[in-house]
Amino acid sequence: MNGDGTAAPRLRLTYRDAVREAIRDALTRDERVFLMGEDVGRYGGCYAVSKGLLAEFGEDRIRDTPLSESAFVGAGIGAALNGMRPIVEVMTVNFSLLALDQIVNNAATIPHMSGGQFAVPLVIRMATGSGRQLAAQHSHSLEGWYAHIPGLKILAPATLEDARGMLWTAIEDPNPVLIFENVQLYDMEGELPADAGPVDITRAAIRREGKHASVVTFGGSVPKAVAAAETLAGEGVDVEVVDLRSLRPLDDATIMASVAKTHRVLVVDEGWRSGGLSAEVSARINEQVFYELDAPVARLAGVEVPIPYPKHLEDASVPQADTIAAALREMVGRR
Amino acid sequence: MTGTDEKVHLTREHCLDLLRQMVRIRRFEEKCAELYSGQKIRGFLHLYIGEEAVAAGTMQALKPDDAVVATYREHGHALARGLAMGPVMAEMYGKVNGASRGRGGSMHIFDRGKRFLGGNAIVGGGLPLAVGLALADKMQGRDRVTACFFGEGAVAEGEFHESLNLAALWKLPVLFLCENNLYAMGTALDRSESQTDIHLKAASYNLPSRQVDGMDVVAVEGAAREAAASVRRGAGPFFLEFRTYRFRAHSMFDAQLYREKEEVEQWKENDPIPRFADWAQQADLLHPADKEAIEASVQAELAEAVAFAEAGAWEPVEDLQKFVTMDEVPA
Repeated sequence: MNGDGTAAPRLRLTYRDAVREAIRDALTRDERVFLMGEDVGRYGGCYAVSKGLLAEFGEDRIRDTPLSESAFVGAGIGAALNGMRPIVEVMTVNFSLLALDQIVNNAATIPHMSGGQFAVPLVIRMATGSGRQLAAQHSHSLEGWYAHIPGLKILAPATLEDARGMLWTAIEDPNPVLIFENVQLYDMEGELPADAGPVDITRAAIRREGKHASVVTFGGSVPKAVAAAETLAGEGVDVEVVDLRSLRPLDDATIMASVAKTHRVLVVDEGWRSGGLSAEVSARINEQVFYELDAPVARLAGVEVPIPYPKHLEDASVPQADTIAAALREMVGRR
Repeated sequence: MTGTDEKVHLTREHCLDLLRQMVRIRRFEEKCAELYSGQKIRGFLHLYIGEEAVAAGTMQALKPDDAVVATYREHGHALARGLAMGPVMAEMYGKVNGASRGRGGSMHIFDRGKRFLGGNAIVGGGLPLAVGLALADKMQGRDRVTACFFGEGAVAEGEFHESLNLAALWKLPVLFLCENNLYAMGTALDRSESQTDIHLKAASYNLPSRQVDGMDVVAVEGAAREAAASVRRGAGPFFLEFRTYRFRAHSMFDAQLYREKEEVEQWKENDPIPRFADWAQQADLLHPADKEAIEASVQAELAEAVAFAEAGAWEPVEDLQKFVTMDEVPA
């Protein structure tokens, strides 16, 4: 609502536009903020997220970097240690492995290892996930790995509102925050109020209310889970969809409240099953609300395979709306 | 006498300071070895003995608001940077009155006030940090230098090449200080590098690069002052390779199977401390009594540091997870 009591006009935009608006907003709000990464400037971003920002903010604040993930991510950490609020874009999570040393050994350790003398208020954004036929070195979902690391905060915006709102909150956080943008979401269209702004980054969200079963998921699987829930609704099964939003720390309270309400839960994760985030969520549910369960916790995760190129094999590698629906039917005993 | 002067001024007072800094490091390290044997210090312990001239000389070229990024062999850097000996020793013990609350130990000394951003125990891992610290200074228009120490072992790491390139490309105020002690742990330079002339590698990134006798504290200081002045003029990063040698083993677990005793003895003849002391005495800058006076004051400082560490408390286990995530950015 605006001050005069009228609702702000609504804008039609894509997830990509929402991320761009978030970056523009952050650059405008705080002169310590700058964006750096491969091809974020002249090229406009591999996924066109930063298109136009170079012209608007100049080369000092929209920095094209060499293909040196370790150096420019480490430079982001150093700049954060020295008063800046950098946004580092890593083209995809797959490339971020070249910067793993800096993220895990420096960003995640320095505050604790220095006895609290230094903080690393850094945001690293990266694309993640499959769905664009980019094969095994561009399509993996490794955010679950990062969620293993104490000292990091891990976010997975799955809606336009979160794509627009999580960034500023992450920048204001005194810790290194990694934001994972699923590549299947960039083209997602929707509406946002023109005055959309920062959002909380600590709580999971209920994307669809239901009473027969819960799906707990995040990122690119959220729209798929919602679609599956709509399908099931037509079959008389009322499914609740929990969007984790923050993968570290996890909002246990929201997850457990949903399980306590529906008594059946399916955890959906595009990442691989073994040792993955779905295993962590499942274990927590069993530890915390075991006696609320009417059925074993079920998991639907990525097939344990390097994501292949052909469309039909790629699609078969990760959860889809129809496989989520099938898993739900099985869980509630309707095949 | 730290500061921005481009030339070394070898007054008697300055000579006393250089000698004192080197002796402080030498005696501190010897005490650490002793305390390690007595199990007061655990974990890895990498001694700087033999390389004192590099830390003592380079720090002369830095101002208080410059930043230092160091390696896991960083006790000498920390002391020469001006950290009090007590908290450095307490850090060795792992006590809460240590420089990093005891969290890091020998390899991870931090001091916000001295802008000392750590011992980094990943070889090459500090270079990108230094680039970023310097980037922030440049973007905010601050007249500061970031001094980044690393060994010649780091030259084989990708982070070395990525960082030199980025710093030179963006003309960032980084002073790259390579301590070439000829061995990456047990691997000799000529067994790990196709080009053993390290300063030539650096020069290929289009930044000024020089090789310096790291056993000569005056030469080190002179080179560091000149390099720092160039960086402060906005000319971008500067690279110095110091040829030096560690007299002791890599760590306390090293049987030194990879080098000959004769080689070690030969380098010890070039020990930076007597070399400088004798020279300064011959030049009438130091008197014979000065050495004893410095030794006595360092012994007193050391005794106090050990007492400080001994008296320190252990961090309560309840605070184990404190600072894993921060509630605010320290002012």
